[in-house]
Amino acid sequence: MQVLVQEELACYHCGLPCEAEKIQLEDKHFCCQGCKTVFEILNENDLCEYYSFDKNPGVSLRYVSDESFAYLDEAAIRKKIAEFDSDSFSRVRFYVPAIHCISCIWLLENLQRLQKGILKSEVNFSGKSVRIDFNPKEIAFSKVARLLTSLGYAPKINLKTEELPNSVGFNKSLVIKLAIAGFGFGNIMLLSFPEYLGLDGTDEYLQRIFSYINIALAIPVTFYSGREYFENAWKSFAQRQINIDVPIAVGLFALFFRSVYDILWNVGPGYLDSLAGLVFFLLIGRWFQSKTYENLAFDRDYKSYFPLAVQKLVDSEWKPILVYELSPEDMIRIRNNEIVPADSLLESEAAYLDYSFVTGESKPVRTVKGDWVYAGGRLIGQPIELVVKKRTSQSHLTSLWNEAAFQKPEEGKYKRIIDKAARAFTWVVLLIAVVTGVTWYFYDASRMWLVLTSVLMVACPCALALAAPFTYGNMVRIFGRHGFYLKNADVIERMASIDSIVFDKTGTITHGANIVKFVGLLDDYELAWVKILTAASTHPLSSLITKSIMSHSIVEIENFKERLGSGVEGCIKGAYIKVGSAEYTGGKDPVIDASRVFVSINGEPRGYFQIETSVRPQVGEVVSKLGKRVVALLSGDSNGESNRMKHIFQEYTKLLFNQSPHDKLGFVSSLQQFNSKVMMIGDGLNDSGALQQSDVGIAVTDNAGVFNPACDGILAGKQLGLLDKFLTLSKTSIVIVKIGFGISFFYNLIALSFAIGGFLTPLTAAILMPISSMSVVGFSTVAVMWVAKQTFKEAK
Amino acid sequence: MLIIILLISISLTIAIFFLVAFVWSMKSGQFDDTYGPSVRMLFEDKKKTKSPKP
Repeated sequence: MQVLVQEELACYHCGLPCEAEKIQLEDKHFCCQGCKTVFEILNENDLCEYYSFDKNPGVSLRYVSDESFAYLDEAAIRKKIAEFDSDSFSRVRFYVPAIHCISCIWLLENLQRLQKGILKSEVNFSGKSVRIDFNPKEIAFSKVARLLTSLGYAPKINLKTEELPNSVGFNKSLVIKLAIAGFGFGNIMLLSFPEYLGLDGTDEYLQRIFSYINIALAIPVTFYSGREYFENAWKSFAQRQINIDVPIAVGLFALFFRSVYDILWNVGPGYLDSLAGLVFFLLIGRWFQSKTYENLAFDRDYKSYFPLAVQKLVDSEWKPILVYELSPEDMIRIRNNEIVPADSLLESEAAYLDYSFVTGESKPVRTVKGDWVYAGGRLIGQPIELVVKKRTSQSHLTSLWNEAAFQKPEEGKYKRIIDKAARAFTWVVLLIAVVTGVTWYFYDASRMWLVLTSVLMVACPCALALAAPFTYGNMVRIFGRHGFYLKNADVIERMASIDSIVFDKTGTITHGANIVKFVGLLDDYELAWVKILTAASTHPLSSLITKSIMSHSIVEIENFKERLGSGVEGCIKGAYIKVGSAEYTGGKDPVIDASRVFVSINGEPRGYFQIETSVRPQVGEVVSKLGKRVVALLSGDSNGESNRMKHIFQEYTKLLFNQSPHDKLGFVSSLQQFNSKVMMIGDGLNDSGALQQSDVGIAVTDNAGVFNPACDGILAGKQLGLLDKFLTLSKTSIVIVKIGFGISFFYNLIALSFAIGGFLTPLTAAILMPISSMSVVGFSTVAVMWVAKQTFKEAK
Repeated sequence: MLIIILLISISLTIAIFFLVAFVWSMKSGQFDDTYGPSVRMLFEDKKKTKSPKP
C-alpha cells in the first residue's frame, strides 16, 4: 500500500493546482481526469501544438457537466439554432464563454483535424463564439456540441441564445456616423483654409465654390451624424422635459441654417467648420462613453438559467422537447446537474436538489416521491422522473420576475446631473437670446436675426456635453482594470449617491466554495481510507470530503453500502469504517447541524468533518471601512452562521437569515421608501430581485462572464476589498464633472459676450469651440487618471 | 486657378471613395473581431512533420 501526500502541482492542461488525486501521464500532471483526457485526445491527433502558444492554455473540465445535447438533433430545435441547414451542409454559431487565449483559437479552428465531418470552423474572439460548418450526414448536430464540450469548450445554449441576435459589442452605426462626421470635419476645415488666411478679391469665385462644397459636406454631417440629437430633443419636447440634447439641437440647427443663409446670400463664409467639429466631438464623447464589456451579460433573466430542452416521455419513448412547449401532466426526465425547468411532482423514489440559485441556501434538499420539485432546482445524483404541474412561465421561481421591479423601464429612473445642468443652462440661454434680440431690435433692427442666431450658436453646450462622457468613460475603464465592470457610464453617477449598502451572504461575503475541516483523530492512512469510501458515494457532502483529503491510497473496499439519508460504510484492510450522520456512526453531535459528517472506525467514533463556507479574506476590512453605510446582511441560509457573521459586521448592521428572494426585494424597497439610495451586492439568482430593485445592483463573481444575475455592475470576487475605493472614486467623478461644467461655462461666457456684441466671426467661432471642448476633455481625462492613481496607490 | 478646382475635385473623390470603403467594411463585419486575425496569421498551415513529444 502506498500513501502519498500531494505537493502543489499545476495541471499541464489548465494550470489549476492538482489537489484531489494524483493523475499523471509521463512527466505531466493533471488536475482531473477530464484534463488528462483532453490531453490524450490532442496527443493522439497530433494537436499538441495547442500547448505551445500559451502556458497551460486549457479549460478545466472540473466544472463542465456532461450534457448530452441530444435535443439538438430534433428538427425543430435544429432549425432554431442553425444559421444554415441542409442535408449535406450545416452552419452553426455556438457561444463559447471559455474562449480566452491564442491556443483556444488555434484548437477550435483545427476541429476538422480532430473530427471527420467538420468542414471549417472560425472563432470570433471578441464575441467569444465559434462558427462551425459541417456535414450533418457525417456528424450529428449533438455530436459537434459534445465534441466542443469534451475539449472543455462547452457551448452555451439556452432559451436566450435564440432570442438574441449575435451582437458585436460595439455600436456599428455610431462608428459609421463618427467616420462621416470626421470626414466632413476634416474636409470642411481644409476648404475653409482660404477663408482663414484671407484671399484677395480676384479669387472670390474660388471662395464661393468652396463654400458650396462645404454645404454639400455639412448636410450628411448634420442630418445623418447629428440626427440623434434632433430626435432626442424632439422626444424630450414631447415629454415636456429639457435634457442636454435640446440646447445642442438648437445650436446645430442655428449653425446650419445661419451658415446656409450666409453662403447663399453672400453674407459670409458661414460657420460650417465649427458645426462639423461640434458634431465630431460630440460623437467622440458618445463613442467614448459607450464602451461596454461585450463579453459580460448584464441583463439576464430567469430564461438564461434554464435549459433549452428537456427529455419528455412521448409514447413510452424519451424525446427531447423545448422547455416552453412543456404542458402540465407531461412526464419529464432530469439528469445529474440539470436544472428542473418547471414546478413538478417527483415520480422517482428520492433525489437531492440544490436550490441555491433560487433561495441561496447552499445545502441540497432531500426530496422523496410525491414531493414538489420547484423550477430552478439543480439535480445532484441519479436521474429522476417528474410530472410537470405548471408551465415554466408560471412557476414559483419565475413569479419573481412579475414583481414591479422588473416591469419598470430601467433608464429614466434617475435625473442625471447633466440634464439638471442642461435645463438651467437652456433657460438662461433663451433668456439671454431674447434680451439680446430685443435690445438689438431697438438699436439696429437689421442685424437682430444675425446676433440672435450667433447667441444660439455659441451657446451650444458641446463642452458641457463632453465633461460627463469623458469623466465617466475614463472611470469605467479604470474600474474595469481593477476587476469592476460596469454596465454603462451612468452607473457611476448613481454609485456616487449611495448611502446604504446591503450584502448577500453566500457567494458574496463567503466564497461559493466550501472548506472542509476535520476535527478529531485520524492518521494519514485512515484519512486515505475514508476518502476511498466517500469517493464511492454520490452524495454531495461525500464529494466535498473526497476533494478535501489529500492523502491517497489504492486499496479495495469490501462490503460497501450506502444508506440514503444516513451515510456510507465499508471494510478496508480489516477496519470497518462508517461515514455519515451522528446517530448512524454512533458519534455525539452537540449541535444539530447537517454540515457535520462523522467518522467511526470499528464502531469507535473518531471525530467529524466540519463543512463550512469560507469568508472572503478582504471582507472584514472593507466592511469596517464602509462603516455605517453597511445596513444589512441578507442570507437565504438558516442562521447557523450568525455568530461568525456577528464578528464581521458591527451591531448597527442588521443580520437577516432565511430570506427568500421576495423578502430581499422587499427589504431593499422598504429602505428606499425612507429615501435611502441602496446598493445591493449579491451573486445568485436569488438576489436578482433585490439587485434589480436597488439603485445600484452589483453582482460578485469569481468567474466573470460565466454566471451572474441581471445587474448594473460585475465585481470580481477578489477585488471586493476595493469596494470603498470604487465608491469614493465615483464621488470624486461627480466633482470632476462639475469642474468640467465650470470650464465649459467659462468659455460659453466669453463666446456669448462676442455674440451679444455682434462681433462673432466664423474664425472666432472656429477657434473657441474646439478649444473649449479640448480643454474640458483634457481636464477630465487627466483629473480622472490622477485621482485614480492616488486612490489605488495606497491599496498596493 | 482652374487647376485648384480640378485638384480638389480629384482629392474629394478619392476621399469619398475611402469613406465608402470604410463604411462598407464596417457593415460587412470586418471589424467584428479585432483580435483573432492578428494571431491567426501566425499559425502554421501545414501539419508539423515531426511528431511532438507525448
